[in-house]
Amino acid sequence: GDGVVLKLGRTATEDEIAAWDIDVRPDGVGLPVGHGTVSQGEQIFDEKCASCHGDFGEAVGRWPVLAGGQGTLQNDRPEKTIGSYWPYLSTVYDYVRRAMPFTNPRSLSNDEVYALTAYVLYLNDVVQDDTFELSNENFTAVRLPNEANFTQDDRLSEPHYANRRDPCMSSCVPGKAQITTHAAVLDVTPEDAGTDD
Amino acid sequence: MTDRTESQASSRRQFLKSSLLGGVAIAGAAASGRAAAAGEPLITEVQEWNQYPGEGVGTRPYGQPSQFEQHVVRKTVPWLTADAISSVSFTPLHELDGIITPSGLCFERHHGGIAEINSTDHRLMINGLVEKQLVFTMADLKRFPRENRVYFLECAANSGMEWRGAQLNGVQFTHGMLHCVMHTGVRLKHLLDEAGLRTSGKWILAEGADASAMTRSIPIEKALDDCIVAFAMNGEALRPEQGYPLRLVVPGWEGNMWVKWLRRLEVGDQPWQQREETSKYTDLLPNGKARRFTFSMDVKSVITNPSPQSPITHGKGHTVLTGLAWSGAGAISRVDISIDGGRNWKTARLDGPSFSKALHRFYHEFDWDGSELFLQSRAMDDQGFIQPTKDELRSVRGANSIYHNNGIQTWHVGKDGVVENVEIS
Repeated sequence: GDGVVLKLGRTATEDEIAAWDIDVRPDGVGLPVGHGTVSQGEQIFDEKCASCHGDFGEAVGRWPVLAGGQGTLQNDRPEKTIGSYWPYLSTVYDYVRRAMPFTNPRSLSNDEVYALTAYVLYLNDVVQDDTFELSNENFTAVRLPNEANFTQDDRLSEPHYANRRDPCMSSCVPGKAQITTHAAVLDVTPEDAGTDD
Repeated sequence: MTDRTESQASSRRQFLKSSLLGGVAIAGAAASGRAAAAGEPLITEVQEWNQYPGEGVGTRPYGQPSQFEQHVVRKTVPWLTADAISSVSFTPLHELDGIITPSGLCFERHHGGIAEINSTDHRLMINGLVEKQLVFTMADLKRFPRENRVYFLECAANSGMEWRGAQLNGVQFTHGMLHCVMHTGVRLKHLLDEAGLRTSGKWILAEGADASAMTRSIPIEKALDDCIVAFAMNGEALRPEQGYPLRLVVPGWEGNMWVKWLRRLEVGDQPWQQREETSKYTDLLPNGKARRFTFSMDVKSVITNPSPQSPITHGKGHTVLTGLAWSGAGAISRVDISIDGGRNWKTARLDGPSFSKALHRFYHEFDWDGSELFLQSRAMDDQGFIQPTKDELRSVRGANSIYHNNGIQTWHVGKDGVVENVEIS
């Protein structure tokens, strides 16, 4: 510690760094040179993505929904998608390139990821023109609708943390406890979860 | 939902029946043994383990638990996720004691399955805002000064299924995205010193080598404080499902940041806003805004026994209640217990080592009179934070935060000793 250098490890080569450092930031730092259109993205999506995410990003079964849900964040059951919830387009490009398709990550070219990102924008009505081409040149001009709605962690200002005092020890709540919800009645626990002996 | 009433009811009957039969069977065997004047056959008759020698040494080169403990395993909840590759399994907290989780029982959370990496093939890269961009082998890393630290690791989503009310009937499922082990490794600060941090470096990005290439942004102050790059847990190499050969340890902070199969640390001047800190691990509030970078895991506790998977089978009389308490802010200073749903509280007995940002074991012994109980535990940490109720949390956060549910858990104990996950008013 304290700045001590032990002369361990070796210098990373530029090729090695380029191979692993593929992360992209909201300001566009990390974007590779490339481009792709909405219609190119639609073809790739139909072939490599729609079997899980649905033809229109609506999802199959329990796989993630990618499009829709705008205006639902205050609902009882919000639908959080790229269009309704995600703050930055850079995250779409970065995540698709590093981790999708789910069973074959790192198989998409940089241009294919641009095309898919453009198509996801189209599915979410962020762009309406199916000839729209996304590239490293115009990428940071595109903003997602929910960018402004993320706040810093202010949990410590919540009353139960802010008003710290010795807790009540006796006669804290009047009356006898009444059950309001039962897990056993809901019955979604795996069948083998009962006692083992 | 209404057409499920019949199957719900029958399943509840089955659950109660199997729980009760377990208790009756044990009590019955003991009673019939005592009934014979000559005594219990287990004592009066020579048993086979007393008569025939057992296996010799070396027959179990890597020992396993007794065959009679085969039920003590991680379990899954298949409906929670679309598949098992990006999913979670749960630690059987109700079967454990003390504060150290056995390595093979530590809950799993993967986003791209378990990466199988030979330690000789693993590399750790440091790049970005450093004087020297470096690559380390595992052998290199083991030449740095090491340290050993016991810390809890809790998934940000632990108890997340319980935000809307009591849902899963077992502490393994409500609180089992939690483990506590001793990690051995190198303080992250040593590695950053080796590369030479530039003064513009304010954040680091940690990245995994698995098929999800997990990434999280971490403030440089935390990286330089107590983070560890760990290669061992509980005295031996990390398990593959815990990131073999290398993982990041981020004490007190949400489990997602403890990047497994750690292959790269990048230093930058701002956070990267990765998928796991925008789409996921952000906490939606009732006004439609969402908190981001909610790193710390708040003060929390749970009674592990009795609990739905661990009913009272011995009847009335002296009863041992036990559980776990922990806080991402420091050490646990006190745990209070209520048996009447929070009307009255008694301070429990903490036993065993008390490490900062680690699990703490508590006990409360009492004479059960056979009446129904509403068990609760309430933890306090050495920073003065007190575990809130679920209602206190929901009054501020609503029910759609998914993560960071540290509300007080209630177990209902029936007169028959059967225990159920409930919420009460």
